[in-house]
Amino acid sequence: MSEEDPSQRSERWQIRARGLHKTFGPQHVLRGVDLDVERHKINIVIGGSGQGKSVLMKHLMGLLHPDEGQICVDGQNIVGLDDVEMGKVRRKFGMVFQYAALFDSMNVVENIAFPLIERYKLSRAEILERVREMLRRLDLANVPGIEEKSPAELSGGQRKRVGLARALVDRPQILLYDEPTTGLDPIATKNVDEMIRRTADDFGVTSLVISHDMASAFRIGDRVAMLHEGTIIANAPPRELLQDPHPVLREFVETSGAVSFVQGAR
Amino acid sequence: MNEAAPATELSFIQRLADRIVSPLVGIFEVFGAHMILLAQSFAWLFRRPFRPRLFLEQMEFVGVGSLPIVMLVGFFAGAVSALQAVMALGMFQQERWVGFGVGISLARELAPVFASLMITARAGSAMATELGSMRITEQVDALTTFAVSPVQYLVTPRIVASILMLPFMTMVFNVVGLFGGYVVAIVLRDIDFGQVSELYRYWIDPSDYAQGLIKSVVFGLTMALTACYQGFNVRGGAKEVGRATTRAVVASSVSILILDYFLIEILSVIWPFGD
Repeated sequence: MSEEDPSQRSERWQIRARGLHKTFGPQHVLRGVDLDVERHKINIVIGGSGQGKSVLMKHLMGLLHPDEGQICVDGQNIVGLDDVEMGKVRRKFGMVFQYAALFDSMNVVENIAFPLIERYKLSRAEILERVREMLRRLDLANVPGIEEKSPAELSGGQRKRVGLARALVDRPQILLYDEPTTGLDPIATKNVDEMIRRTADDFGVTSLVISHDMASAFRIGDRVAMLHEGTIIANAPPRELLQDPHPVLREFVETSGAVSFVQGAR
Repeated sequence: MNEAAPATELSFIQRLADRIVSPLVGIFEVFGAHMILLAQSFAWLFRRPFRPRLFLEQMEFVGVGSLPIVMLVGFFAGAVSALQAVMALGMFQQERWVGFGVGISLARELAPVFASLMITARAGSAMATELGSMRITEQVDALTTFAVSPVQYLVTPRIVASILMLPFMTMVFNVVGLFGGYVVAIVLRDIDFGQVSELYRYWIDPSDYAQGLIKSVVFGLTMALTACYQGFNVRGGAKEVGRATTRAVVASSVSILILDYFLIEILSVIWPFGD
């Protein structure tokens, strides 16, 4: 982790968090998190259940405020911004929820169009055009009648892609994925991994994936950070991570069988 | 042994505090949280964007959607009170007062309370369930990520729509209830309509209806606020959504009946009975 001032805009790092602390009642969830997120790369934050991964991600997007510490997005410290300024920063982000979090009361088009309708005064035709472009680019356009379908009528995979389309439609620079492969079978996991990889390449976004799936982290991650007991104990490209002697990290890597992926790739 | 005595005394005070004081503090905390939600939803009412469509949708749901049940209950509430009144008044051959009796019970009590309870059962439960399932499936968080305030988007329209629609539904209840009373008393029991309507017109004031409508506004607010609070604060899974819905309906119904008592006391100062 480089030691330069995080509030300087850096070409390499898009998000830089320093010394984040957060307590909920008696629970000290974040205990001095330092995290750098590399621009245009797939950054993975890995950690066991209840280690504060989701809490950390919500901080990066400004949904939660740290008790202490600094979060710089493109050199701008977002801690303590007012609603209006925070709204502008949030437009840089798109978020893909674990179960897509599509709005039940709306159909597919309305869901994807939601950020556009809320943020801009666009004509119906413009909105529809951008929604259809997203459907095409995410291989959803060929599903018959997709536009009018309600979220309940979609398959799990389709729902995930519609959620991704909604996150991408306003062309964010940073895409956050919350546990994208939790509860999926190995083939579905592979499909989601490919979706994340392709999205990163096609849309040129910075991806930040919160996960506890070490194997998939090693498969697609350009950088993998490990969150343990409220701090980041390692943050490096996967291969370097294998050399790291930290016992918790070792255990995580070894039990997941992730080693074979990286070694196989050698 | 002597030294142990203060310790037990202290623990007794502590137990007392745990048993009595902390539940009381809990009640105030919950009440305070309701008031904060109410204040937020009104503050958001005056901030852009206004999204009139959401308000109309909720008014349609709370109002138009509840019409059939309100009319059905209204008809029978009027019919039943007419039947009881006719039987009671018949003991003194005073059946012509039935219009007054039914009219004033509907205007002051039956219409606002029954309409609110029916709408609580129908719309309040739906609000709690919908917001609760949106909460557990992270749809509420999704709104925030698009820089949309969940309170403004979800709570404000529901509260405003309920405040606006409850008086309408109360009036519908009144009209249909009077019709139900008419059917029983005039059509079935053959009481003279001229006398009944004359006494009704002479003895019932617009203020009787005003009191009912004012109460219905408070009941609408109570119902929507309770339902939204319960739905909004669901944590956990589907089971919790069910519990929140139950709590929403029970808490609103009980609050409506308790508030009814105090509102009668307050309103009777403004409009003394029979004045």
